[in-house]
Amino acid sequence: MRITVEDITVTLGGRDVLSDVGLIAAEGEIAGLVGPNGSGKSTLLRTVYRHLRPHAGRVLLADRDVRSMAPAQAARHIAALPQERGSDFEFTVREVVAMGRTPFKRAFGGDDERDHATVAEALERVGLQAYAEHRFAELSGGERQRVLLARAFAQQPDVLVLDEPTNHLDVQHQVELLALLREQRRTTLISLHDLNAAASLCDRLHVLHDGALVASGTPLEVLTPDLLAMVFGVRAAVVEHPLTGDPLIAFDHRKTMPAPPAEESPVTV
Amino acid sequence: MTAATAATGRRPTRTARAGLVASALSLALVLALTLAVSLGAVDIPVREVWTVVGHRLTGSAPEAGTRDLIVWQLRVPRALLAAIVGAGLGLVGTAVQALVRNPLADPYLLGISSGASLGAVAVIVLGAGTGFAFGFGVPAAAFAGALASFALVWAIARRGGGFAPMRLVLAGVAIGQFLSGFTSFLILQAGDEQQTRGVLFWLMGSLGAATWDQLAVPAAAVALGWLALQGRARHLNALLMGDETAAGLGVDPSRLRRELFAVTSLLTGVLVAVSGAIGFVGLLVPHVCRLVVGGDHRRLLPLSALTGAVLLVAVDTVARTALDTQELPIGVVTAVIGAPVLLYLLDRKLER
Repeated sequence: MRITVEDITVTLGGRDVLSDVGLIAAEGEIAGLVGPNGSGKSTLLRTVYRHLRPHAGRVLLADRDVRSMAPAQAARHIAALPQERGSDFEFTVREVVAMGRTPFKRAFGGDDERDHATVAEALERVGLQAYAEHRFAELSGGERQRVLLARAFAQQPDVLVLDEPTNHLDVQHQVELLALLREQRRTTLISLHDLNAAASLCDRLHVLHDGALVASGTPLEVLTPDLLAMVFGVRAAVVEHPLTGDPLIAFDHRKTMPAPPAEESPVTV
Repeated sequence: MTAATAATGRRPTRTARAGLVASALSLALVLALTLAVSLGAVDIPVREVWTVVGHRLTGSAPEAGTRDLIVWQLRVPRALLAAIVGAGLGLVGTAVQALVRNPLADPYLLGISSGASLGAVAVIVLGAGTGFAFGFGVPAAAFAGALASFALVWAIARRGGGFAPMRLVLAGVAIGQFLSGFTSFLILQAGDEQQTRGVLFWLMGSLGAATWDQLAVPAAAVALGWLALQGRARHLNALLMGDETAAGLGVDPSRLRRELFAVTSLLTGVLVAVSGAIGFVGLLVPHVCRLVVGGDHRRLLPLSALTGAVLLVAVDTVARTALDTQELPIGVVTAVIGAPVLLYLLDRKLER
């Protein structure tokens, strides 16, 4: 299913964290959100999985406003992998994954065969079936992220929303997780810190800067030296990846690039 | 690390284990109740206990006399009240730990018991000499106090919108300390030593005033509270993973916390009203149960209730019988047992 973010504005503590942002993640497309810290990536994702309510604008799932849906109904279509890590409450891997069935169950409803099968399948898809009875808290960071991804799969969602899922993972686990996502071919909205990972994974990129959308397009169209200088304040060359052919951003780690003054910067007196 | 964990994948599933534990606990509850009725200043043989109970339950002519009086009028209601309060404390503890997302939170953390204590102490001290002190007045006043502190904490915690766990805890602690100050002041105003003793006994918890008439309200409150929580068991699981995760799973975290706070406060108010403030049970029981059957609330809630019931029946029996000359406040016994257990658990946690 398609996700349409329609001109949303989110105000937190009196400040516009997002203003007038609009973008589309088409059916089966992996749409990436990139931008510096505090640019509004997480906020945008939170409005999609209904943790935050936009002050203006709408988020549409196909053609329906997600705010018009009951919470559980929305969660049957949109699964989220937020950045937060649960505290240690003695859950096993299987129990964490089974939480993905929550939106499908009524109060007092037990697990049926379909739930068991869905959970088992989700675990298998992330390659952790052998870990089903392990304590979630005992796993490594990479394994934990895969468990949380399996939980999202257990929701059997049409849309996956992932907030920097590769954070704190070593390179191998990052590659593993992104490969899993690439296999899915499911509508995906993902925020990523690592621009090279974003360039390789995403069909389209949307660049956020200070709560505004400043560029959208294919990675090759979007990730230009000028944009990298303006939004991220770095000097970089964009070349072709010698192995994959993806755009490869080679940063100049020796000096930053002060952002050029914006043309219409507000005049302060 | 235990052997069970080392044998990866071959250990019995937690669901199977939970069934086993539940059966064992049910058996233990019957045993504990029987012993609680049998033991005391006058020991009554177990067989006679069941004879009296059997007569009463079948409605056949009761053997009049002291044994019937001791068993049916004194000890059975007290043992049942202990079971009900213990079950309630186990439930409330489990829910509060999910509510504030801390496995070592205590039901009294949210300030409710301080309000209840203030209500009760106010009636005992100020209403002294009216002959009203140990009748219906104290539980009613305690519950009114619980409701008042609930309203205060609620009003503070809901500001800023999110009903955030940290805000709830801080509001609870602040209100609790505030009300405890008044309670201490009232105790200083107490007229005589008898009154002070009565107040202190009540503050440390006691099931001594149990009668048949008193059982219905707490029993109904615990049953309804359990249903309310059990119906939200999956949502409690989701809440533990975090607000954003809960939202992504179709659970409104703020609304769920409001509901949980209301349920746990009302239940705590009823429990404190009938038994005083009994510490450590609500803190330790869910924590220990979690170590045995895991964190899934669908299993955790009923098992915490059962464990709390068994524990409090046993502890009350000890409180009644440990000293020949007087009865110990039950809170003293739970503290003496609870504190070392808590330290042991903390140690265990650090080792992991």
